[in-house]
Amino acid sequence: MKTPTRFVFLLATGAAAVALATTGPSASAQDLKIGSVLSATGPASFLGSPEDKTLHLYVDKINSEGGALGKKIVLVVYDDGGDPNKARTFATRLVEEDHVIAMVGGTTTGTTLAMAPIFEDAQIPFISLAGAIEIIDPVRKYVFKTPHTDRMACQKIFADLKARGLTKIGMISGTDAFGKSMHDQCLKVAGDYGMTILADESYGAQDSDITPQLTKIKNTPDIQAVVNPGFGQGPAIVTRNYRQLGITVPLYESHGVASKSYIDLAGPAAEGVRLPAAALLVADKLPDNDPQKIVVVDYKRTYETATREPVSTFGGHAYDGLFILVDAIKRAGSADPKKIRDEIEKTKGFIGTGGIVNMSPTDHLGLNLSAFRMLEIKNGDWDLAQTAH
Amino acid sequence: MAEFLQFCASGLTVGAVYALVALGFTIIYNASDVVNFAQGEFVMLGGMVTVTLSAAGVPLPLAAGAAIVAAILVGLALHRLAIEPARGASPVTLIMITIGASIFIRGVAQLVFDKQFHKLPAFSGDTPFHMLGATILPQSFWVLGGAAAIVVLLHAFFEGTIIGKAVLATAANPLAARLVGINTGSIVTLSFALGGAIGAIAGILVTPITLTSYNVGTLLALKGFAAGMLGGIGSPLGAVLGGVALGLLEAFGAGYLSSTYKDGIAFIVILVVLSALPRGLLGRRSVERV
Repeated sequence: MKTPTRFVFLLATGAAAVALATTGPSASAQDLKIGSVLSATGPASFLGSPEDKTLHLYVDKINSEGGALGKKIVLVVYDDGGDPNKARTFATRLVEEDHVIAMVGGTTTGTTLAMAPIFEDAQIPFISLAGAIEIIDPVRKYVFKTPHTDRMACQKIFADLKARGLTKIGMISGTDAFGKSMHDQCLKVAGDYGMTILADESYGAQDSDITPQLTKIKNTPDIQAVVNPGFGQGPAIVTRNYRQLGITVPLYESHGVASKSYIDLAGPAAEGVRLPAAALLVADKLPDNDPQKIVVVDYKRTYETATREPVSTFGGHAYDGLFILVDAIKRAGSADPKKIRDEIEKTKGFIGTGGIVNMSPTDHLGLNLSAFRMLEIKNGDWDLAQTAH
Repeated sequence: MAEFLQFCASGLTVGAVYALVALGFTIIYNASDVVNFAQGEFVMLGGMVTVTLSAAGVPLPLAAGAAIVAAILVGLALHRLAIEPARGASPVTLIMITIGASIFIRGVAQLVFDKQFHKLPAFSGDTPFHMLGATILPQSFWVLGGAAAIVVLLHAFFEGTIIGKAVLATAANPLAARLVGINTGSIVTLSFALGGAIGAIAGILVTPITLTSYNVGTLLALKGFAAGMLGGIGSPLGAVLGGVALGLLEAFGAGYLSSTYKDGIAFIVILVVLSALPRGLLGRRSVERV
């Protein structure tokens, strides 16, 4: 009984080994293999899923227009389910088995930071789609990112508060990586804008009721506004609880909820909420002379036609990452990861959905505050906020 | 005072859900000695089926009914396909089977429904009640009332009907129950159906407040299990007490102490209680007769 099974097993491993040995190098010789690890499922799926769709959509599009350097782009995507450990395993697989020449992915800060050392060691460029500033500060030679940082979001919010004459604020932050990181960044830059943080509360990413924390904030005297760094369903529940408690001071959300599903989940409670976000969300409302207008309107139309879902900034980050990479590959004229890295760093004047990108050896993001627009939710839709004087 | 009331309202609402999950644990545990970690998935199914059907235009009461039936069917299938074939396996094996089943149900739910969060309109509006300075959502009363109704109905069922008494007898001593002519097999089947139904009702009641998605079950199962342990696993009253206590602990912990450590505070209290009363607040004192 035992011998045949073992024999079959040996045959199978042998065949697998041969298959690996033959497909590996031949594929990379003819095609440009780009890797991606995304959180297409799990708690960050509302970020990862549009990213996944965007990458597939535009890689197909680029290939149908002749690819890059006369070669086809092959996209290898793994789903980490939001788990940094899985992300790390998949990153290793991309490097060691798939032999990718570059990577666009890493949906969350947690998964990105888990994967960064692997791409650093392998000297393969890695364009992350996650928010936190820790990804690019301090600069890692091979790691780049496309979304605005949470520090920029804090600065944008505080600038808006300052313009409205509001300086005493409360904070209610998620305890997940995004919420924590943004919370810390906000504390760091609060002084620059003359902000005083009178209440500083937090909630778990899966909490279903946040009224106790908000009650504490409500009962703190002199609070003029509340800032909620967080992503996922948490901010939607914060917003609902905020209105339930009848808190009347302005509520600021972060760019982490810049997706239609937030308005949908929070319902009428979201009216009047302000948040910093990319131009993409208000593509139709941008003035015609806005340099980003053509890019964002085109991406929005393409994405919405193909997926029949409303566009989100997260898919836009993937769009920016993919095109920064493809442009760099074209400029490098080679599939050598080191040359591609050098070209990514030289990206200048790239107009993406997130803003105008000017990278440098000390800035692996290349965006400034003007890339953020302050939005206000009006009648269940985004609108450009008019700052009161 | 207003603050205290607000924390109570929050704690009681969340606690009522924990209590219902813990009740599901208790009923199945009593009848079959299985700690069913797929209990949270019933809550998820209750919410997700209702959301999906009502989005497709089915009236809310009908969608809710269908969700309960769906959860019952899944409960029965879980028993027939996963637990029954492993009859006689050790408790640890059975726990692993239920954890596997919960992962499976979550995976299927992700395909059948989707990966997004969903909301359900509140049954009687979103305008909060104002009580002594605290604001309470009408849906909170639905959750509390629903939980109370389930507890009362279950009590009447266990104490007032032959089948209910048969469940109690099976819980007390399966062998003796079989000897007096109780079909313990169908009692176990019934307990899985009941567990599914209670979980689904909890999911339907709470979704307008907490939102739902395919993966809300995991955390609820953990919290419900902790509540069950706190109250004393095997005691229905203990499950309710444990659930409400856990909800209140979290709310007061977040409100009066520190929101960062609120889960920690709740679990420390549970550890202290369990080290003093290893069988929980109202656990069965098992007596070994020689």
